[in-house]
Amino acid sequence: MDHGLPPDFSGFTCPAPLRDRPQIVMGHGGGGALTRDLVEHVFLAAFGNPVLDRLGDSSVLDLGPRLAGGGRLAFSTDSYVVRPLVFPGGSIGELAVNGTVNDLAMSGAEPLHLSAAFILEEGLAIAELAGLVARMAAAAKQAGVTIVTGDTKVVERSRGDGLTITTAGVGVVPPGVDLGPQQIRSGDAVILSGTLADHGMAIMSVREGLGFEAAIASDTAPLHGLVAALLVACPQVRLLRDPTRGGVAASLNEIAVAAGCGIEIDERAIPVSPVVASACEILGLDPLQVANEGKLLAVVPAESAQAALAAMRSHEHGHQATLLGRIVAEHPGVVAVRTAIGGSRIIPLPLGEQLPRIC
Amino acid sequence: MKHLAEYRDAETARRLAAEISRIVTRPWAIMEVCGGQTHSIIRHGIDQLLPPEIELIHGPGCPVCVTPLETIDKALAIARRPETILCSFGDMLRVPGSHEDLLAVKAAGGDVRVVYSPLDAVKLARSNPNRQVVFLAIGFETTAPANALAVKLAAQAGLGNFSLLVSQVLVPPAIRAIMHSPGSRVNAFLAAGHVCSVMGTWQYAPLAQEFRVPIVVTGLEPLDLLEGIRRTVEQLEAGRHDLENAYPRVVTERGNEPAQAVIAEVFAPVDRAWRGIGVIPASGWRLADAYAEFDAERRFDLGGIRAVESPRCRSGDVLTGTLKPSQCPAFGRECTPRTPLGATMVSSEGACAAYYNAGRT
Repeated sequence: MDHGLPPDFSGFTCPAPLRDRPQIVMGHGGGGALTRDLVEHVFLAAFGNPVLDRLGDSSVLDLGPRLAGGGRLAFSTDSYVVRPLVFPGGSIGELAVNGTVNDLAMSGAEPLHLSAAFILEEGLAIAELAGLVARMAAAAKQAGVTIVTGDTKVVERSRGDGLTITTAGVGVVPPGVDLGPQQIRSGDAVILSGTLADHGMAIMSVREGLGFEAAIASDTAPLHGLVAALLVACPQVRLLRDPTRGGVAASLNEIAVAAGCGIEIDERAIPVSPVVASACEILGLDPLQVANEGKLLAVVPAESAQAALAAMRSHEHGHQATLLGRIVAEHPGVVAVRTAIGGSRIIPLPLGEQLPRIC
Repeated sequence: MKHLAEYRDAETARRLAAEISRIVTRPWAIMEVCGGQTHSIIRHGIDQLLPPEIELIHGPGCPVCVTPLETIDKALAIARRPETILCSFGDMLRVPGSHEDLLAVKAAGGDVRVVYSPLDAVKLARSNPNRQVVFLAIGFETTAPANALAVKLAAQAGLGNFSLLVSQVLVPPAIRAIMHSPGSRVNAFLAAGHVCSVMGTWQYAPLAQEFRVPIVVTGLEPLDLLEGIRRTVEQLEAGRHDLENAYPRVVTERGNEPAQAVIAEVFAPVDRAWRGIGVIPASGWRLADAYAEFDAERRFDLGGIRAVESPRCRSGDVLTGTLKPSQCPAFGRECTPRTPLGATMVSSEGACAAYYNAGRT
């Protein structure tokens, strides 16, 4: 073989008709024509907007007018892995948008723009991907955010969980809004925006084939509208948290430790839908430790609690809002619950994964 | 769903607690046998409603807690084998063996799966004909019928790749062992309602007579337990020692006879070691000879496994009621749910974990 001349690839075309494959192949991550096809036909088709359409290495956002007058930038990121990819009440697409939107909203920010990075497993059906991306686009539209930059990688079959999505988001916190544990005072009220454990039990029931699938749906929802309504009715909101992984138990423990206060909640006030309560009973799970994707905890001054509750209850994502408990000076860092029959116990920080009990 | 509200009514709970206070005249130690009862007592704060004369002693009825360390080590050895799928109830995954737990074996590549029923493990065996599927069959009389049925179905289907690692234990021999132990302070028992739903109550009347202790069968809801305690105190104060069924909506004298029949077909009595307590005669079940081929201990070479308990763990004293969890020197210090020395700190039904998680000191 003659090694004198470099090989000439001009005019070379791949003989394999990869472009028409119905599934993700490694070449979709190669940065060439296949990647370009995927971006154009799947991602731009769903997310397209003037900023994203430029397909630059980065997107330039003009937030100047919103930041004028003391507004501050909020920035957050989260990765989404869930099995199955579609479940009652939502999919990884809605989670990837609403999760990051809610992380921004918990600092009081108005979410504006998201990034979206996709790790695709070889073999994933492109039609399935397009369906999930369409759900993601719909969620972004509903939340009023635009997806302005993104990335795609492909990993070999069985080295990914079908699809992993990472989103990052920016938003603007209006002047005068300053939420955080340092604002919390003894006597403050702790409010929960609705029923607990819907998301975690929806995933568990469909994953394990427990037969509750028809009855339990994920609560995934964007919460910044609810936050905005709450801030109007009650500008003195101290702190907001969305109780996702680890549930309300983890969030309350984090609040108690960060604020150096105790928290007391009333077991009778814990809102759980009847079917979710039954599912948790059967599996021996505590609804306080199960994940939510469309609920928030708000700490507000006691005198504003009724106004805050009224504002939340008139919003579509807060109509079951309830007064869960209060901040106390005693037992700093510890969350206590008054049981329905009049006893009390501590709610510990959940250890790790929730494991169903034997009997 | 009705059960959640109906048997947790605060007003009725207060009334029952007040009635117990009214009739009690001197100290009584009452053992709740079942881990589910312990979990419910601590979770709902039932003991906090009782007069100081009543002491609840937490019994050995948590299946996770009494499964011997050796059985856990055997499960770990099976799970490490590349050709096996080890199936277990969820809370066994965190129980420490001599060196690690099933979660660690899973992270290292072992195929460990949480199932909700042993019948799911049979399905796995059917759909994975080239793998060995082993179900970790632990528990009291409550888990035995489904475990026995799984073996029976596997036998009918000719599944040569399904087996059980058995550590089935029984309540009545444990009650007998506790009453024979020299340090026992137990004046009465709350018997486990769900065990009796399978086995009936007929085994308990002779025990009540032999040891002259009241035995009251209760459910797991707060009002079930309070009513059970009330009836127990009533007996103690009157000097009676009878068997009473305070859970008649679920439990009958004869129990679930079809379930007992499948147990009798698949299992046979055996002396069993209880973690922290030791060997209790005829206190468990093994696979009957006709089903011996489904015994994982025969199928896999596990002979060399011998386990040694941590000398710092006093779970045996906790399980027999001679030590409160919070009285153990290791409690909350080197022993927490995150770094458990023994199984009573692992399962949420274990007395130590129940105390720790509820903030009892």
